[in-house]
Amino acid sequence: MQECAKAINLSGAEIVTVAVRRVNITDKKKPLLMDYIDPKKITYLPNTAGCFNSKEALRTLRLAREIGGWKLVKLEVLGDKKNLFPEMIETLKSTEVLTKEGFKVMVYCNDDPLMAKRLENAGACAIMPLAAPIGSGLGIINEINIRIIRKQTKLPLIIDAGLGQASDAAIAMELGCDGVLVNTAIAKAKKPFQMALAFKNAVIAGRQSYLSGRIKKTLYGNPSSPKSGII
Amino acid sequence: MRKKIKIKLNGKLKAINNNSTLFNIVQKNKIPLAKVAIELNQEIVDKKKIKSINLKNNDKVEIVHFIGGG
Repeated sequence: MQECAKAINLSGAEIVTVAVRRVNITDKKKPLLMDYIDPKKITYLPNTAGCFNSKEALRTLRLAREIGGWKLVKLEVLGDKKNLFPEMIETLKSTEVLTKEGFKVMVYCNDDPLMAKRLENAGACAIMPLAAPIGSGLGIINEINIRIIRKQTKLPLIIDAGLGQASDAAIAMELGCDGVLVNTAIAKAKKPFQMALAFKNAVIAGRQSYLSGRIKKTLYGNPSSPKSGII
Repeated sequence: MRKKIKIKLNGKLKAINNNSTLFNIVQKNKIPLAKVAIELNQEIVDKKKIKSINLKNNDKVEIVHFIGGG
C-alpha cells in the first residue's frame, strides 16, 4: 500500500477508485487503505468493479455511500468475464436508479456516442468510455468515436480502461478528454513509479497540446522559413 | 450457561450470546466504525442505532470497507 500511495503521488492523480470489500475479521491488524491514502487529500471514488448486474452494483454503491458519506461514485457493470466489456443495458438502468437516489454517477461505458448520450440524459455526471478492453493496454482503438462523444457532451469525459503507455494518455487528452483513469499500465509496468510520472507528464502535455490548437494536416510539404528575400 | 445463537459474519458462521446486539459484535471484533458500512440481512444499518439492534438466529451480518481497486 505504501508503493501504491507513492505511485499515486508521483502521477499527480486527484481521484482514486476504491472497491467495497469485507473487513478482514480474523486478521484485525491488516492495514487499512485510509491509513495510507488520506481521503481528505485524494478523492475516494467508490466503484463497482467486479459487479455483473444492476442489483450487485446498486448494493455496492449504497454501502459505499454509507462508509464514506459522499455521493460521487463510479458505476461499472460488466457483461462478459472474458472481454470485460460493460453491460450497457444494466449500466443505463443503474444510472437512472442511482441518479434518482441522489448519487453523482460517473459511468464506465463503451465508446458508443449514442449510448453516451443516453447516459447523459439519464443523469450521469461524467462519461467514461473505454479506450480498449480493461487491462489490455491496447490504447485508444476508436479515436473517431471518442472525438464524436467529445463534440456532443459538455460533461467531463474521462478515458477509462485500456491504456498501455503514457503516449496513450497524451492522445486521449489531445482528443479533448478531461482526464484518464489508469491502473494496469502503471501497476504492471516494469518500473511503476517512473511510469506514474510519465503518465503525469503525458496528461499535462496532451492537455496543453489540445488547448494550443494543432496545425492542419496537409498532404505535401510547406516550407517553414519565409520565401521572401531568397538569394 | 447462556444460550447461544448462530449468525453469519462476513460469510463465516459464528456462535454468539443470545442477547447480543450488533454493537457487541462491532466491539468484540474491534471494527473501526467510522471506516465501515454494516448490512444486516442485506439491509443497510444506521450505525448510530447498532446498540439497539438485537441479533437473531441465522442473521447475516456484512461489515465492509474500502480497499484499493478500480
